[in-house]
Amino acid sequence: MATYNLTTPLRDEDLLKLKAGDVVKLSGTIYTARDAAHKRLCDQLDKSEKLPFELQGAVIYYVGPSPAPEGRPIGSAGPTTSYRMDTYAPRLHSLGVKASIGKGKRNAAVREALQKYVGVYFGATGGAGALLSQCITAAEVIAYDDLGPEAVRKLTVKDFPLLVVNDAHGNEQYAKPNYDL
Amino acid sequence: MKSIKAQDIHDAVVGIVMSAARYLPEDVRKALKTSLDGETSDSAREILGQLLENADLAAESGLPLCQDTGVGVFFVELGDEVHVEGNLVEIINGAMVEGYQKGLLRKSLCHPLTRKNTGDNSPAVIHVDIVPGDKLKIKHMAKGGGSENMSRCTMLTPAQGWAGIKEFVVRRMAEAGPNPCPPTIVGVGIGGTFDLAPTLAKKALFRPVGVRNPDPEIATMEQELLDAINDLGIGPMGLGGKTTSLDVKIEMRPCHIASLPLAVNVQCHSSRIKEVVL
Repeated sequence: MATYNLTTPLRDEDLLKLKAGDVVKLSGTIYTARDAAHKRLCDQLDKSEKLPFELQGAVIYYVGPSPAPEGRPIGSAGPTTSYRMDTYAPRLHSLGVKASIGKGKRNAAVREALQKYVGVYFGATGGAGALLSQCITAAEVIAYDDLGPEAVRKLTVKDFPLLVVNDAHGNEQYAKPNYDL
Repeated sequence: MKSIKAQDIHDAVVGIVMSAARYLPEDVRKALKTSLDGETSDSAREILGQLLENADLAAESGLPLCQDTGVGVFFVELGDEVHVEGNLVEIINGAMVEGYQKGLLRKSLCHPLTRKNTGDNSPAVIHVDIVPGDKLKIKHMAKGGGSENMSRCTMLTPAQGWAGIKEFVVRRMAEAGPNPCPPTIVGVGIGGTFDLAPTLAKKALFRPVGVRNPDPEIATMEQELLDAINDLGIGPMGLGGKTTSLDVKIEMRPCHIASLPLAVNVQCHSSRIKEVVL
């Protein structure tokens, strides 16, 4: 297992070298979007409207941060459970999104999309919101302000610690439970 | 009859709402530390280390432990010799709203269909039990959505018994896998009625980690479930290891002769619980 320092926007050659289990320290710009924001992004796509950020090479962080205290860019900001975004993720990958950050399992359609369009799914430590917020150096709401914690934010991150859970080659890092499911 | 002022209840609830979000209970911290010492896998040790570091940082910085500061859940034990000067439910709800606002906690409640945020984290979920005595005990849990989503309830047949209960609970945790932020704490409600079993399961989560049910038979069942869940090998954040759950808590009540209600309420490692007695 290797450790890579990557900077956004991510390119296919960055992602093809990553294997499930690798550690990535990500720097650059990432965009927050969770349930309600994903619905709006896809509604806008249906209407052929311009989206609030460039999808090509983008990284989407599934997070709804807590309010920022004075003097800090953001409050607590750990990942939310990703499967709820499975409905939308393949479409966004087909339009150039390169990676998402969340926690928990993805469905088969998302795993296939990662292989087809060259993408990865990164895991961040759930519940470690105070710790992860230390890697976020700037935050700005850029769309859907009325959604409150679910608004789309542009974040600047430095050495954000991630684990490759699903890579572009079909591998997954989660342990298979010792149970016949 | 003892009289308790609305303002005193309000201030106490604002206090526990704000502190629950920031300070990981000592029993949970201790359990994470014990798990860290027992884990051999690198990823499990890394994750558990991060969670302990996160708890220290939240306490020092004033940031919430987790960005999901949850639904404000309250279990109230109201002594039958207590008179509250005001409407207890309104006081608690108002104090919860103030605590989430002042504490810079995330407002996570919305209309179930339009998904429009209520804006102030209201309404609180409040359960009131009337108990003997002249005390008012208010227990608060900031319940996160990711783990709550992994919870389930079912109506087993009496013939399924303990084997059926064990199968349902362990299977549920296997299916939940990495989603509910393991290591989890698992609340199990057995018996009562369709509505009571999940309430029992949630009530069970208030018992500190490491403290078994006082009934020795139930205590044995708790340990058996905990061992079976940890044998799944899911581990911290689902990356493998010995620590899938920190504890299992069972609350049991008699049920109808036709029924065997069962509920599993999953709690993440960020088990934010605080209580106050007035």
